[in-house]
Amino acid sequence: MSHATTASHDDLHAAPPRGLSRWLFTTNHKDIGTLYLLFSLLMFLVGGTMALVVRAELFQPGLQFVDPLFFNQMTTMHALIMIFGAVMPAFTGLANWLIPMMIGAPDMALPRMNNWSFWILPFAFTLLLSTLFMEGGAPAGGWTMYAPLSVQGPPSIDFLILAIHMMGISSIMGAINVIATILNLRAPGVTLMKMPLFVWTWLITAYLLIAVMPVLAGVVTMTLTDRHFGTSFFDAAGGGDPILFQHIFWFFGHPEVYILILPAFGIISQIIPTFARKPLFGYSSMVYATASIAFLSFIVWAHHMFTVGMPVAGQLFFMYSTMLIAVPTGVKVFNWVATMWRGAMTFETPMLFAIAFVFLFTIGGFSGLMLAIAPADYQYHDTYFVVAHFHYVLVPGAVFSIMAAAYFWLPKWTGHQYNETLGKIHFWLSAISVNITFFPQHFLGLAGMPRRIPDYSLQFAGFNEISSVGAFLFGLSQLLFVYIVIKTIRGGEPATAQVWEGARGLEWTVPSPAPYHTFATAPDNKAMSAAGMLPAAEAGH
Amino acid sequence: MSAHAPADGYYVPHGSYWPIIGSIALFLIAIGFANYLHDLANAQYIALLGVALLLVMIVGWFGSVIHESTHGFYNTQVDKSFRWGMGWFIFSEVMFFAAFFGALFYVRTFSVPWLGGAGDEVSTQAMLWPYFDAVWPLVYPPSDAHTLSQTAFDIPKATVPAWGLPALNTAILLSSGVTITWSHWGLLDKNRLQFIAGLFATVALGILFLSIQAYEYGHAIHELNLTLNSGVYGSLFYMLTGFHGLHVTLGALILTVVFFRALFGHFSEHQHFAFEAAAWYWHFVDVVWLGLFIFVYWL
Repeated sequence: MSHATTASHDDLHAAPPRGLSRWLFTTNHKDIGTLYLLFSLLMFLVGGTMALVVRAELFQPGLQFVDPLFFNQMTTMHALIMIFGAVMPAFTGLANWLIPMMIGAPDMALPRMNNWSFWILPFAFTLLLSTLFMEGGAPAGGWTMYAPLSVQGPPSIDFLILAIHMMGISSIMGAINVIATILNLRAPGVTLMKMPLFVWTWLITAYLLIAVMPVLAGVVTMTLTDRHFGTSFFDAAGGGDPILFQHIFWFFGHPEVYILILPAFGIISQIIPTFARKPLFGYSSMVYATASIAFLSFIVWAHHMFTVGMPVAGQLFFMYSTMLIAVPTGVKVFNWVATMWRGAMTFETPMLFAIAFVFLFTIGGFSGLMLAIAPADYQYHDTYFVVAHFHYVLVPGAVFSIMAAAYFWLPKWTGHQYNETLGKIHFWLSAISVNITFFPQHFLGLAGMPRRIPDYSLQFAGFNEISSVGAFLFGLSQLLFVYIVIKTIRGGEPATAQVWEGARGLEWTVPSPAPYHTFATAPDNKAMSAAGMLPAAEAGH
Repeated sequence: MSAHAPADGYYVPHGSYWPIIGSIALFLIAIGFANYLHDLANAQYIALLGVALLLVMIVGWFGSVIHESTHGFYNTQVDKSFRWGMGWFIFSEVMFFAAFFGALFYVRTFSVPWLGGAGDEVSTQAMLWPYFDAVWPLVYPPSDAHTLSQTAFDIPKATVPAWGLPALNTAILLSSGVTITWSHWGLLDKNRLQFIAGLFATVALGILFLSIQAYEYGHAIHELNLTLNSGVYGSLFYMLTGFHGLHVTLGALILTVVFFRALFGHFSEHQHFAFEAAAWYWHFVDVVWLGLFIFVYWL
């Protein structure tokens, strides 16, 4: 070891700087990960409050609390904030915290750009949230921003477009960083097919992000120029087509759906083997399934558009390609169940969330299959059935995976064990209330209740009441989550390095809380062997 | 934490205030531009302030990277991270153009023929604009077809033919791809004159391309009456060539910086990633132009 390396070793063990500048100027992946996660939690509460405004209004037929325009603003902003402000930053935060530790790297590959990726977000969302106070109100045409409504909409649409440009810049830089880190900073011995599945799913997610966020930027730019600079992309009078917006938007939008779920698959694939005390069943098939899902995500976009008018051949192609996604997804669900098969299972909070994920995400997957059937979709399209479907994959899917991850790695991040009893209470409250909220929406949709409308016919009242009660219960339960997280950060039973008996992986070989800098030098054979990345024979250096 | 320079260890850069300045700059640009669109007095100055701040940020940030690089802080691993970063950035740019090319292909293959009654869309034409002729390039937008009194759109006298200035520009841009490669060979052969002359020629050809493009725009707008408001042909023509022109401008700026760094002797035959990144970017704008020439101007 040269002198320079020793010096760097010492530097890398320096304590973090104090005060605000630590957070503003940081290049440390753990600091940036924390910022992402806290930002995401804040946005989760803001977006959740908007959802509760929607559910309060829908508790009874008629108009009680808000006028229809504000209702539409709430549905639109709720979606934008939850997708771009809560779920995506949460996954990026987890990627920041975990990927360098999982592959034995000292930090992300491009640490300053990493800082920029995060610090764009608070500004972008300030811009977006400021539209609530504007003349004409916030964007109210749905998060999909369909033309011609978005072309004719109020000034806030322009602020939304520019906010999306900022979020896109942030996401693309974040994704480039993830790819560069994974491809370039793996410790010796951490080969691609030894990487934890969370790293694999993020590698593929990052590829999707770089491929489609620019397409979103392109389509909202066309909206902007149609609004202000006389172009006719979405105007049939000029030779364009409003449907063109939908095609380009969903070419982004469908891979986006997998951006919101592939990292969740990765998290679940870390947690289930830990608490089943068995290695993940079918590791390589998991990798190939993830890649297949990513590939298929590019050729299914028009299943969001079956009712807009499309040649029959197109409908058939998009119907069958969509159904094909069930195959690799089925491989994943099978592997999770097979991992648990005959495992020595225990049911700590992360495992409870993970098992709930497998069940409830799969329900969302099945309703997705129903929606994929083009002739049936004519009936379901734009009803509450669609709302039920995507909330099943996003709330007990993506959001549950994030909560599972938070409980799973909180002891590693903070050095404290969270309160298991409170965690379990939080789980059961969430799991029960999420079903009370969203399961009745299937029935509402099948009976014909349209989405995005503040009033409804009397016969829908019963299920809407149930759904609203569930939503408020779910919302309040999350305050318990906030309490548990804050309590764990502030103190608690000290956590061991390994934290969980069945935990395998390089992040569990460093102390809890993880030191400010980890793996200033590549992990040694002992760590590699403890992480299960070396055959036992090679371990006894 | 301070910067450190391990030859065989990892390199983690120290904290920096440039990213947060960049975020503030983007915020000012967005706020200023959006308010400018809605006629708020002086909003454009907020956006311009943001642009200025962004430029300061770029100079400052790259300045510290260049400083660290020339002082030997970076090892091959950092170099590789930069390479992955630049490569994937260019891929994201490709996908940005893909959105506009996708719009072009959709309009030419579907929306314009359908408006003209192709396939099952006979009633579309009959109900909407029965006199519309679905031809490409689209000179008469559907709602203006055969209704000379209506002027919702700027009706162009003609479109820009491929085998004039655009063909010349194609030759210029392709030659600049040759000169940048020739320059790279010069650097690898330690032929400083060839290296710098090649860079100079590339920047000059880039500026020539942009000048011709600007002249062509002036001609198209003022003499042909082809504008963004000429229906979907004008929209696609200007958005595609305009974004390409912006990227050529950016590429030429990057190459200019590389040219001056070359004069200062920053590059060696072993270490010159900034040059290579600029060259990659330049080849990328080259390839996009070929797509434009074929699908916008020619076919």
